[in-house]
Amino acid sequence: MPMRRFLSFRDFDWGLLVVVLVLCAISVAEIYSATLLTKFHGFHSRQILWICGGMIAMFVLSRVDYHRLLDFVPWAYGFFLLGLAAVLIPGIGHKALGGRRWIKLGPMLFQPSEWMKLVLILMVARYFANLGGRRLTWGDIGKAFAMVGIPMLLVLKEPDLGTALTYAPVLVAGLFLGGINLRQSLILLTVGLVLGAGAWSSGKLLKPYQKARLTSFINPDEDPKGSGYQVRQSLIAVGSGGIWGKGAAKGTQTQGYFLPIPYTDFIFAAFGEEHGFVGAIFVLLLYFFILMRLIQNAQTASDLPGSLIIMGVVAVLTFQIAVNVGMVIGFMPVTGIPLPLMSYGGSSVLFTFLALGVVMNVRMRRFVN
Amino acid sequence: MYLDRATRGEKISGAKLTAVQYGILLMMLALAAGLWRLQVLGADNFRVLAEQNRIRKVPLLAPRGKLFDRENRLIVDNYPSVSCFLVREQNHNVDADLPMIANGLHLDLDQLRAQLNHYRAAPGYQPIPIKQEVTPDEQAFIEAHRNELPELETIDVERRLYPRDGFAAHLIGYVGEVSEDMLNNDMRYAAYEPGDVVGRAGVEETYDQVLRGQDGSRDVIVDSHGREVGYLRTQHSTPGQDLRLTIDNDLQRAAELALGDRNGAIVAMDPRNGDILAMVSRPSFDPNLFTVRIDRTEWNKLITDPDHPLLNKAIQAQLAPGSTFKILMSVAGLQEGIAQDLHVNCSGGANFYGRFFACDARHGAVDIHNAIPYSCDTFYYTLADKLGIDRIAKYATAFGFGQKTGIDLPSEQAGMMPSAQWAMKNYHRKWYAGETISVGIGQGAIEATPLQLARIIGGIASGGHMVRPHVVMPDQLPADFRHAIEDTYPGTGKVDLPIDAANWQIITDGMAQVTEPGAFHTAGSAHLEGIDLAGKTGTAQVMSHEALGRTDKGSSTNPNVWFVGVTPRRNPELVVAVLWQHGEFSYYPARIGAKVVAAYVEKQRRIAHNLAPTKQAAPDKPAEVGAVWTTPDGPRKPDGTQSARLHAGRFFVAPADSDAARLTAQPAPGPRPAQAVSPSQLGVALPVRRIRLP
Repeated sequence: MPMRRFLSFRDFDWGLLVVVLVLCAISVAEIYSATLLTKFHGFHSRQILWICGGMIAMFVLSRVDYHRLLDFVPWAYGFFLLGLAAVLIPGIGHKALGGRRWIKLGPMLFQPSEWMKLVLILMVARYFANLGGRRLTWGDIGKAFAMVGIPMLLVLKEPDLGTALTYAPVLVAGLFLGGINLRQSLILLTVGLVLGAGAWSSGKLLKPYQKARLTSFINPDEDPKGSGYQVRQSLIAVGSGGIWGKGAAKGTQTQGYFLPIPYTDFIFAAFGEEHGFVGAIFVLLLYFFILMRLIQNAQTASDLPGSLIIMGVVAVLTFQIAVNVGMVIGFMPVTGIPLPLMSYGGSSVLFTFLALGVVMNVRMRRFVN
Repeated sequence: MYLDRATRGEKISGAKLTAVQYGILLMMLALAAGLWRLQVLGADNFRVLAEQNRIRKVPLLAPRGKLFDRENRLIVDNYPSVSCFLVREQNHNVDADLPMIANGLHLDLDQLRAQLNHYRAAPGYQPIPIKQEVTPDEQAFIEAHRNELPELETIDVERRLYPRDGFAAHLIGYVGEVSEDMLNNDMRYAAYEPGDVVGRAGVEETYDQVLRGQDGSRDVIVDSHGREVGYLRTQHSTPGQDLRLTIDNDLQRAAELALGDRNGAIVAMDPRNGDILAMVSRPSFDPNLFTVRIDRTEWNKLITDPDHPLLNKAIQAQLAPGSTFKILMSVAGLQEGIAQDLHVNCSGGANFYGRFFACDARHGAVDIHNAIPYSCDTFYYTLADKLGIDRIAKYATAFGFGQKTGIDLPSEQAGMMPSAQWAMKNYHRKWYAGETISVGIGQGAIEATPLQLARIIGGIASGGHMVRPHVVMPDQLPADFRHAIEDTYPGTGKVDLPIDAANWQIITDGMAQVTEPGAFHTAGSAHLEGIDLAGKTGTAQVMSHEALGRTDKGSSTNPNVWFVGVTPRRNPELVVAVLWQHGEFSYYPARIGAKVVAAYVEKQRRIAHNLAPTKQAAPDKPAEVGAVWTTPDGPRKPDGTQSARLHAGRFFVAPADSDAARLTAQPAPGPRPAQAVSPSQLGVALPVRRIRLP
């Protein structure tokens, strides 16, 4: 057994944690500004509570050896798969905001799809680690697809397009790092495109409003009242911020509620309006630092599963940042994916800190052997 | 154990991780490029869009200029009111709200839908007027539903308050919303917006540009629900210019009373300068009906009335002038040297060109001196025959028959002066000599308006000094605007056509004889003791005698009767033209005209001798007044501001009660005489505004 003396918090990635906390502070300040004149005023203090809770969860999770987590994860996978199925049953699933996503446990709302994200990162890491980096057979690839595809379809059914989409990068990262070769990936890409086009035109997989959201970003002016309205207002908010921004709590788009939900999905637009190009680039640099730091940790991990776990986290975070910021500046459709560490919301904060907890876990054990 | 030992040493290849790092760097660069494009390159453009989002221009409507009479007595006033508009621009399904809006604003749902349909093609930001004269409870409804119905907007307007009883209604005109037709087809309204209130008739139309002032605007900061959260910049409106009319309220009132309910018109003018002192047309209408959107039934009633209440008969009724034309005939005959020596023996008519032309009576020996008071047709038949149509038409046209006078009122009619060329040009036929005989007594194809006759006969009595009539004192207008008005309303205008002094004397003395009692004098009963009233009556058949015999249509077959009078007979200060359509005998209009003249002369004498006005019994009818006042609303706040409620209302105040002390005590509660404020008072409470108290 590895020696316990290595498990000291001296090996914790404090640099990473400081940058994460800087982002959290920016997030709290922006939530405060964006909710200043609304009935949501006070959300920033709730966000602080969530961050504190997330940090505690992170420290707790970092203590448990990730190899134990990987031993345990198939059970969790099975459990949350059942949870995802149970959500869809009207008597059990709790409906809110147009989707049946929650299970009510006493006073708490429990969202299996959010937990599934973390479980999938571990599950995929475990799966490809077991394959040991050898050449993947089509059977291996098929199993990986099934592993991620089944929960994805269940979440899509809720419907929760945004969360379902965040499962995909876990699979992509696993396949890429797990040893898929060029030929296989080209075939997969082609099949994926054909199937995707088929699913789009069949109209069964996606609801019409989801389709509309996916297309309206291309030309937001065509539908200024519907989903194009959000994109348009977001572009105006970011663009009118200019180089230096309009100042904290002085964004006209944010304070006048023209920007939709400026404290969650569109928080980057609110920040960009009030702090300008300079502020937005600063935040992007913080994200870049975090991601690079995570990859560095993946490099220094003591074994393949540790690296794969961290790269799974990297994949999910990168995907969320790209899609959310891309949406805010009009590159991506509106999908309802929050910006990690910035958007208001308990589950998002909790997931990010738990994922960081797993990363810390791997890092603290990098000198094993 | 889940892992076999072999995998423990495995690692992800460094190349793949580097690839991932570059991938992330690329993504970050793409996002940064996107931000650069928006925030650095597109910033100015987006700033404009952001401003458009949050700033709404709210028009501050300029109050229209008031109208006063020549002695600065108020005729047309404004009162504050609230209008409601609908703006479809909001991110909101307006159609679903319509039943609620219709219910809350007491509108007909189908009519509201039709109204919105009408504006379907208009841009979404354009406010659609849906309700005017919003009442306090409708206002409360709008305020209470700001969130559910963000598309509703209210705006304070100054609405026109006209005399209720149709006093000078045709001359003043009325205002109304500019119609689509006017916007599209009339150059004058090119710069106007739908929903703009413009003058639609009378002085309101002619002087719209002066009266309307310049609307201001206020930049209001709104949130995405359209709620006002602050103000930025206010550009105050410039009120319209007040105008002093040439009307004399006293004379106008006298003329209105004198004409009574008779179908016709009166014009009273100062022939020295063209000031219109009174202008009445009957039947009349209430211009207040138009200030709010006019009711369809009321409108239909007005336009289907056979007596044409909307027609200003003083300038638009074109009728045969009858014997009043004989004044012009006398001028032509004397100036041509024919009438002086013309002696006719009237035996009740005469034969011309194989046809018998009748006269009213057997006047016996008639010459130019008694032909006017007798109004002897035989004399003028003969004169017309001797002059011929060309010379008659030459004089008539020179003095203004068949041409507009150029009065500053819209839709003036030109009348008609037939001539040989006219017959050839319009009917491609020769002029029949028999027609000349009819024209000689103002019958046949000849047509004139009351205003034309007033100008022509007033001008002849002034020795040939013809004026351009006008209803607005010209000295208060900039010169270029005055010229623009003259260009827009062309007419014969101011000309001098000198009449030989001897001829002038003959004609004016003859006119004075008309109202002197005497055998055959046509208007002896209009004689005013001590007043030099000269004039000429006229009776114009609407049907020939033979046709008259065959029909039985009551008063509609009665002739149109005229009187045009001047005082004094030479260089008159006043000329009055009276028309009574389908009236009875021509001495009736003469008596009507005499009343107006008497009112005028009495007033002049009173002024000259500095006498107090004759004591009149106070009218019983309550007078209508407008008022605005504020009352405190709620307790004073710590920052020194206090909400105040602005009230505005129209009241009917009994004249006996209307001393200043009572008016200032208006808002005070307590028992008041029942008639002081009648139950029909209309109070409009405007929204709560916060005003800073010192």
